[in-house]
Amino acid sequence: MVSSSKIALSAYELVEEVKVGSISVEDYIASMIERIGSMDERINAYITLNDHALEEARMIDKMVKGYSNDNGSYATKSLLGVPLAVKDNISTQGIRTTCASRMLEDYVPLYDATVVKRLKGAGAIVIGKTNMDEFGMGSTTEFSAFGATHNPWVYERVAGGSSGGSAAALAACMASIALGSDTGGSVRCPASFCSIYGLKPTYGLLSRYGLISYANSLECIGLMARSVLDLALMLKVAAGSDMQNDHTSIDANSSISLDLESMNHDLKGMRFATIREIVESEGTDEPVRDSMFDALSSVERLGAVVEEVSIPSLRYALASYYTIAMAEASSNLARYDGVRYGYTAQPDGVAWNEFYSKIRSNFGSEVKRRIMLGTYVLSSGYYGRYYMKAQKARALIRDEMLKVLNHYNAIMLPTMPILPPRIGERISDPLRLYMVDICTVIANLAGIPALSIPYSMYNGLPIGVQFMARHLDEPLLLRIAYALESARGDKVRRCMI
Amino acid sequence: MTSIGNSDARVRIGLEIHCQLTALRSKLFCTCPADYRGKEPNTNVCPVCLGMPGTLPLLNRRAIEYAMMLALVLNCKIPSRITFYRKNYFYPDLPKNFQITQYNAYEQASVGVDGVVELDDLDGSSKTIRIRRLQLEEDPGRLAYDGSIDRSNYALVDYNRAGVALVEIVSEPDFNAPNEVRLFLNRLASILEHLGICNPALEGAVRCDANVSIGEQARVEIKNINSFKDVERAVTFEITRQRSLAARGIEIRGETRHWDDARRITVQARAKEEEEDYRYFPEPDIPSIVISSKDVEAIKASMPELPHARVERFVNVYSLSRDTAKILVGEKHLADLFEASIKYYDNARSVANWIVTDLKGYLERYDDGGGDGSSSSSNSVILAKVTPKHIAELAMLVDSGKINRATARQILQRVIATGMLPSAIVQSINVDMLSNKDELASIVDKVIEEERKAFMDALSNEKALNYLLGKVMRYSNGRADPKLVLSMLKERVIGTSKTGQ
Ligand SMILES: [Zn+2]
Repeated sequence: MVSSSKIALSAYELVEEVKVGSISVEDYIASMIERIGSMDERINAYITLNDHALEEARMIDKMVKGYSNDNGSYATKSLLGVPLAVKDNISTQGIRTTCASRMLEDYVPLYDATVVKRLKGAGAIVIGKTNMDEFGMGSTTEFSAFGATHNPWVYERVAGGSSGGSAAALAACMASIALGSDTGGSVRCPASFCSIYGLKPTYGLLSRYGLISYANSLECIGLMARSVLDLALMLKVAAGSDMQNDHTSIDANSSISLDLESMNHDLKGMRFATIREIVESEGTDEPVRDSMFDALSSVERLGAVVEEVSIPSLRYALASYYTIAMAEASSNLARYDGVRYGYTAQPDGVAWNEFYSKIRSNFGSEVKRRIMLGTYVLSSGYYGRYYMKAQKARALIRDEMLKVLNHYNAIMLPTMPILPPRIGERISDPLRLYMVDICTVIANLAGIPALSIPYSMYNGLPIGVQFMARHLDEPLLLRIAYALESARGDKVRRCMI
Repeated sequence: MTSIGNSDARVRIGLEIHCQLTALRSKLFCTCPADYRGKEPNTNVCPVCLGMPGTLPLLNRRAIEYAMMLALVLNCKIPSRITFYRKNYFYPDLPKNFQITQYNAYEQASVGVDGVVELDDLDGSSKTIRIRRLQLEEDPGRLAYDGSIDRSNYALVDYNRAGVALVEIVSEPDFNAPNEVRLFLNRLASILEHLGICNPALEGAVRCDANVSIGEQARVEIKNINSFKDVERAVTFEITRQRSLAARGIEIRGETRHWDDARRITVQARAKEEEEDYRYFPEPDIPSIVISSKDVEAIKASMPELPHARVERFVNVYSLSRDTAKILVGEKHLADLFEASIKYYDNARSVANWIVTDLKGYLERYDDGGGDGSSSSSNSVILAKVTPKHIAELAMLVDSGKINRATARQILQRVIATGMLPSAIVQSINVDMLSNKDELASIVDKVIEEERKAFMDALSNEKALNYLLGKVMRYSNGRADPKLVLSMLKERVIGTSKTGQ
């Protein structure tokens, strides 16, 4: 078995050891599965484990030992043997993919999502599928048909959401890298609450093919890791045009340079903007504000200039975001009707509409709420009042954000305005719950990349800081994180070992 | 007014026509074959057209090009941005419970808008039919029942057709008579064939809904008309139905009726269709397509020759009469056969006449025998057996006087039955025209002997001469050259009158 210090290795360190043969992938995966077995009953990060993970690990070991005919092609595989946790709304061929919903409890996809396929192609091993808010609808991973995920740092707190399982799995060293999805902050929120890195890429940079749709025009597959270098490694593999599967994907691989090693550890010449409306908001918790100011002086020490700007349209952000997301969701989720796959019932002697109602009563309460609200805002006569207006507000917000980014390299803000809440604390009041997404949704509305960086801890509760950049300027975000990783010192613990 | 039959300005008919783009290789949003016909249920499917979770639609660019071609031919405007919308409703033949289609209420988003078609074949008069819009959308799957829909205990779903590209053409209610509808649909079918985007002869490739209203009375929708042929019948029936109700003072209700093609009547839809709210919104997975004037020009340049231009060419280049040219071009396969045949025999007018009168006449007789809408496909079976070489030889044999037209028509039947070349058939059945004077003389003499009275009458009466000719033809089993026989008979009549016998 592998020692616990090895279990906490970053992916890029693990790959080096695998390639020189100093770590057996089979041992590594076996140790990780054992760790999941002992820890996950409490944390509940995983919904399903990959039955074939050990088999895939053995194949890699064979390859490395040269028993295979594969003449050293493994040397180019940048994620060789790396255990990958995949959010359960991202399709994995042969491994059930539930979206944390009763509706898809037994649904096994016939194909891999493009991003999963690419990571597997680079040698990653899917270790399991992680818990989430049902269909991605939530910010705490409490709205799951499989129970809430607990925050590994403070058990009675939430892990954040909706990609809470992936974040918790990383923080608890039950995976080395992870995939999430980010519709309005679903990767960055749990990253912040669990003290890991969470990247929401530029809209279209990662193919959405295989990501089970919640709100198509807003969501992206997001990357999660415990180190900046791991994030860069994943991005290099996962990014790139997928025009044969996804019309909204963009071909930008060549324009993204990710050579972090050669980067300076300073931020000289950088200009960052903070947003007055958020810094001054009463909704921002004191420890979060303090951490933000601390991060601000850190980047100034690294040579950056930080100024405060105003984005007045921000007050429309949540309304715009939720209107669009729910409208798209109401249509996307219509396909779950028990006819072709997923949860079903005996249809004999039942009229269509009755059958549909029976089947669709299996959605959780938050999903039902969003489907109904989304149906309402699209109804004829209300379309202009809600959906069209929300799209206009979205355009306004995007324009104001891009204008700020014309003058500044990045926008700096807290990831979450609050500390991780206690389990059960927020979900009873949906409006209060929706409020906490204010710092994250704006990146989705504008389609720009955003990165949550673990920055500090308050009474053992992780706090992240967030940067947003221009379209396709992921390299800048990684560079900021790389500089901060050394500047933040020991304010942050990397994982639970 | 009278020239267009029972045209009545109070009658208003509008059409909603669906044409599958059968010439596409794949479906509208995935790579499954567009040709779903004759396959085992649910085998022509993939994760995308089954709407499996996580799949995304992938637009078939050729479908846009084809739809644009049709829009241009119907004189539509092409908007500078084409956008797809989702039409949301629950029905088991829709894998996603929404249909990706187009919608013009919030912007001009469909492939074509505001077109016009001139109907100029109305015996001298002409009229304009306005096209409201032309849009591209996906076909749903199909439901199968155990017997009739009312009695069936279950419904089976076949998604083989789901996702096939469909063009919807919506006209304004500008038709005033059923024959105008027929002319329009014939014209449309010929355009579809000439563009090579849709084969209207394939089962289910073209479908039509019609709406009919008379005067200030309510509008009635007729759905489920599954061939162009039946549209005229359905509309005619509906006008008659509404008129007879009106005559009895019964108010006409606005309703949806279905065309029952077996009984050839319209029947009230089973359940009153609910007023549905389709909650249209732009499809987020397919970015709007920006169309430049350059794109439109490129499409125009890539278009094949259209029916109108082809008629002109036939008239100018081959000296065909306009009527003959129109009949040929009205059915593209006939025009194609004509052009291929004159490569073997360059008497264009003779070849054209052969196709328009003899071949088409044969097909129509066959058609009447078949009776239903499937006749056009049996016609295509027949046409597959008649090659350009066959037509050329038949025309040539008649022109050279080797066989007469009646014999040629018999040979055509044998061509269709056997696929043999006409020249070979002529030899095999020895139907060469009897043009040997000695051989004919014995038959002529025999007839004159038997029909002495008629022969004497023929001295003063032309009809009697024709009677004698008919008799000679019968004795020769139709092989005699009628021109020659006639001249021989006349010779003898004149000879008789001279000698005063
Ligand atoms: Zn398909």
